[in-house]
This record gives sequence, C-alpha cells and structure tokens, in this order.
Amino acid sequence: MDARSIREQFPILNQEVNGHPLVYLDSSATSHKPLAVLEAVDAYYRNDNSNVHRGVHTLGTRATDKYEGAREKVQQFINARSTKEVIFTRGTTTAINTVAHSYARANLEPGDEVIITPMEHHSNIIPWQQAVKATGATLKYFELHDDGTLNMEDVKKSIGPQTKIVALTHVSNVLGTINPIKEIVELAHRQNAVVLVDGAQGAPHLKVDVQEIDCDFYCFSGHKMCGPTGIGILYGKQELLEEMEPVEFGGEMIDFVHLYDSTWKELPWKFEGGTPIIAGAIGLGAAIDFLNQIGMDEIEAHDQKLTNYAMKRMREIEGLEIYGPAADKRSAVVTFNINGVHPHDTATALDSMGIAVRAGHHCAQPLMRWLNATATARASMYVYNTEDDIDQLVSGLTRTKEFFGNVF
Amino acid sequence: MSFDNLDTLYRQVIMDHYKHPRNRGKLEGDALVVDMNNPTCGDRIQLHLEVEDGKVKDAKFDGEGCSISMSSASMMTQAVKGKRVEDALRMSELFSDMMLGKEIDSGDLELGDIEALQGVAKFPARIKCATLAWKAMEQGVEKK
Ligand SMILES: Cc1ncc(COP(=O)(O)O)c(C=O)c1O
Repeated sequence: MDARSIREQFPILNQEVNGHPLVYLDSSATSHKPLAVLEAVDAYYRNDNSNVHRGVHTLGTRATDKYEGAREKVQQFINARSTKEVIFTRGTTTAINTVAHSYARANLEPGDEVIITPMEHHSNIIPWQQAVKATGATLKYFELHDDGTLNMEDVKKSIGPQTKIVALTHVSNVLGTINPIKEIVELAHRQNAVVLVDGAQGAPHLKVDVQEIDCDFYCFSGHKMCGPTGIGILYGKQELLEEMEPVEFGGEMIDFVHLYDSTWKELPWKFEGGTPIIAGAIGLGAAIDFLNQIGMDEIEAHDQKLTNYAMKRMREIEGLEIYGPAADKRSAVVTFNINGVHPHDTATALDSMGIAVRAGHHCAQPLMRWLNATATARASMYVYNTEDDIDQLVSGLTRTKEFFGNVF
Repeated sequence: MSFDNLDTLYRQVIMDHYKHPRNRGKLEGDALVVDMNNPTCGDRIQLHLEVEDGKVKDAKFDGEGCSISMSSASMMTQAVKGKRVEDALRMSELFSDMMLGKEIDSGDLELGDIEALQGVAKFPARIKCATLAWKAMEQGVEKK
C-alpha cells in the first residue's frame, strides 16, 4: 500500500500547525475523513436530502436507497448474515448502552455475573455497572498479565454457569492489546453466556467477520474508521435482537400505534426510533468503500509495520517508558511516558512542533490505576501515517526531553 | 525548530514551583478540605484551608498533575495565605481574566509569582490545568 498516495486523499493533513507540517498521531480518538467520504455526505445534502422510509416522492426514495445501501455495505464489511442484524446507532457508546439496557435488564437476575476486563473504555464499563445495579447481578473483571494481555487461565476459571454476559474490547485503545475474542466467545458459549465485543478500535484496523468470531454483539463507531462522527453500528445475532425490546420509542420504529398500545417494526428498524442519521450512514458507507479499496489485510499489514517501527524507534529514547504488550500482540497504538515529564507537558511540547498526540487517562481510569499511572501520552496511527511521521515524533520526543531536562 | 513558544509557557518560576512546591501537604484539625479533579485529563488536587474571621489563615495542597496545574496550586496557596476571603476571591477573578488573555489591573493586590502563568492564556488546552487550584479555593471558602 502506498501511504503517500493515500495521504493525498486526506486534505486536512496538508496544513501547518504552530508553524510546522501537521503530524497527526491521534487516530484512536478519531480518524480523518478522505475526500470520498466528504463528497458522499456533501452530495447527499446537495442532491438527495430527504427523510427516509416516508412518503413516496423521488428524493425520499433516493435517500432511502442510499441509507439502506449503506447498511448493506456494513453487513458485507463485517460479514453479518443479513441486514436485519445491522443497526445504525450514534456510535459505540450508544450501541453498548442499547444492549446493556435492553438485553441485560431483561436477562440478569441476582446471582448472575457480568464479566469485563480492566482494559475497557469507560463506555464498556459504566453501562454494565448500571445494569448490575438495576438487576442485582454482579460485575467481575478478568485478570491481566503484567504486559497488559488477558490472563486466559483466569478467563477459563472465571466463566461459569453463573456468567450471563461477557463484554470486552477487541483492541485496547490504550495498550493496543488485541484480545483473543474468538477463543473467549467459545468459552462463554459453553456456559451459555453471550459475548459483546467493543469493536471501536477493532473494526478500523482488523478484518472483522462476525460469523467467524461468533460473538453475539459487535459494536463500533464510524468516526474511527474514516467515517463521519455521530454514526455507529450495533451488530447483534438476529435471534437475540428479535427477543429484545427497543430502548427508544417514537417515529420510524413502529408498526401500528393504537391509543394505549403499539407494535414495533421488524428488524433492524425497531431499534432506530426517530429520523435516523442519514448523512452519517451514507458517509460510513463511503468510508467502507474506501477501506475496501485499500483492503483490510493491507491496512492490518501497514499498521503492523508502522507499530513495529514506532516501538523500535521509541525504545531508542532513554527514559521513555512504553506500556502494553510486544508489537506483534498489538494494534497501531503506542502509549508511553517520558520519565519526569507529565504527559500533558509532553503533548503541549509536541503540539508546538505540529505533532498531535493524546494525553490523559484515555477514558480508561481503571486501566490507568492498573498501570499505576495517573495519565499517559499516546501516539496512534492509521492508514495515512508513514514512517516519516514516526521519525518526526521521535525527534520531537527527544527535543521535549531535552527541553524539560534543561528547564528543570 | 524553535521553542520560543514553549518558553513563554514554561517559565523558570513555574518549573521552580513544580519541582519545589510550596505548601504541599495537609492541615491537621478541622480544616476545610476540597477535592477537585479535571475529569478530561486526570489532574487531581486536594486543598486544605483554614479560614477564620474572614481570613485565609493557612492553605496546603496535595495532588497529582502536570507542571502547570501543580505549580499553579503552589502559587495559589502562597498568594492567598494571610489574605481576607474577599481579596482571595478577587485574586481568583483576576486570575481567570488573565487566563482569558484580558488586560488586568491588580490594583492593591500583589500577584507576585502568579504573573508567570500569563503565558498559559496562549495555550487554550491548558487553561483548565492552571485554574483547577483556584476553583478549589473558591469552592472551599464558599463552604465556610
Ligand atoms: C475501545 C473504545 N471503546 C469505545 C469507545 C467509544 O466510542 P464512541 O465515543 O465513538 O461512542 C472508544 C472511543 O474512544 C474506544 O476507544
């Protein structure tokens, strides 16, 4: 894959920040959008804007076709059995909350267990805290090894007949750890527990086949995979979604409305109350076309190569600590700290050189406590990043270390 | 590549307060205690205040955070110690204005080291780090 020609499709990268060419290393927070996505959203608003599934006029039909066309692209992208299993949501957070509200509240009882991991993003922790509080079930955590990978012995021991839901991230947004989700799904299914996978960092970087993984729910966000903000996906197995109650009620999701009772539309629309995120869905469809053009295998290989390179180069910097597993067990994320320099100060120094990294707790406070760090800095990469970006980062980090070494 | 920009932020005085914080620790007895954090980034401060007869008699802080938040806390405790509560609150207001990049007239109030934080105004992402301790102080004296 030629990252340089890919870069040209991201006009935002072609700018100076604080007098330096922008080096964007914060794609785990949100990725940039290629021209094809910007144009698809623009074309929809310019030519086809209309509400979907209503009325008979031509624009309405075009909008509906594009919106439902995007759903088919998502279905193929993750290899879902049918479009009934693909629900448009506002993002990963809303998708997880839908399951935690609907499925969890209906199926959990006192004595039941929900198990998650210490490496979850807040959006895959709090919905479960709330669900167990509401039902009297118990929340538990799998253990991690010191390198930030899951302790599979503990996973095997922990999942039992009392386990009803296992929820875990495909890829950690802090450590980059890629979890063996297929193996965990197998273990959980043996005990009749369902598995929800937080795919916010998985879907952008890895080829996802939900039938092969056999997970029950897979949630992800468009904005981290070259799509617009405000659109995401809840994939669920049809038989589970069929039995679940909607969590939002109103227009679009109903079949018949009587004075005191109503019935729901069939899947997937019963979970899509109100005017949906039409432009967002169309933008996500265009993002999927874009990623497919490059090829997910290519993207995975590119990420792996860049991560290897970044870790090798960053290790050359004395006094820089890298968190998480070896390069071959992680996705395109490197979280680190420079000894004696607070990550905010690191991020401000890098920003003054045009280099964008994230600093803070990365919406993973329990993981920060596990790492014994109050905050960390994180460089994350995607299709448009190159080894040159990493070289800039490394020289920026060296200068940052010097700068704070001198002022202290 | 120049670091001019950074030098306006990380002044020597700031680094000195970061490395050698003044009034770090806790107050014994029935001091007012305020916990505050910056949820977007994890900076955290615990402020202890002894307020008597409308005056801030003593102030100490504990916490974790970047050089800006910790040096600002150190400077704040130094500045408000011995001040009347209304003066401490006036200083806090002056400080907020300074962070907004406004011209400020401190009048009879000595800003001292605090002025070194003026450069933060040019780094919008860091203003919350600098104001954390002042917000904690405001909340503390209002508790009284
Ligand atoms: C692992 C993980 N899960 C969930 C989320 C939440 O995604 P969103 O904010 O798009 O709902 C994120 C985003 O930062 C993430 O990295």
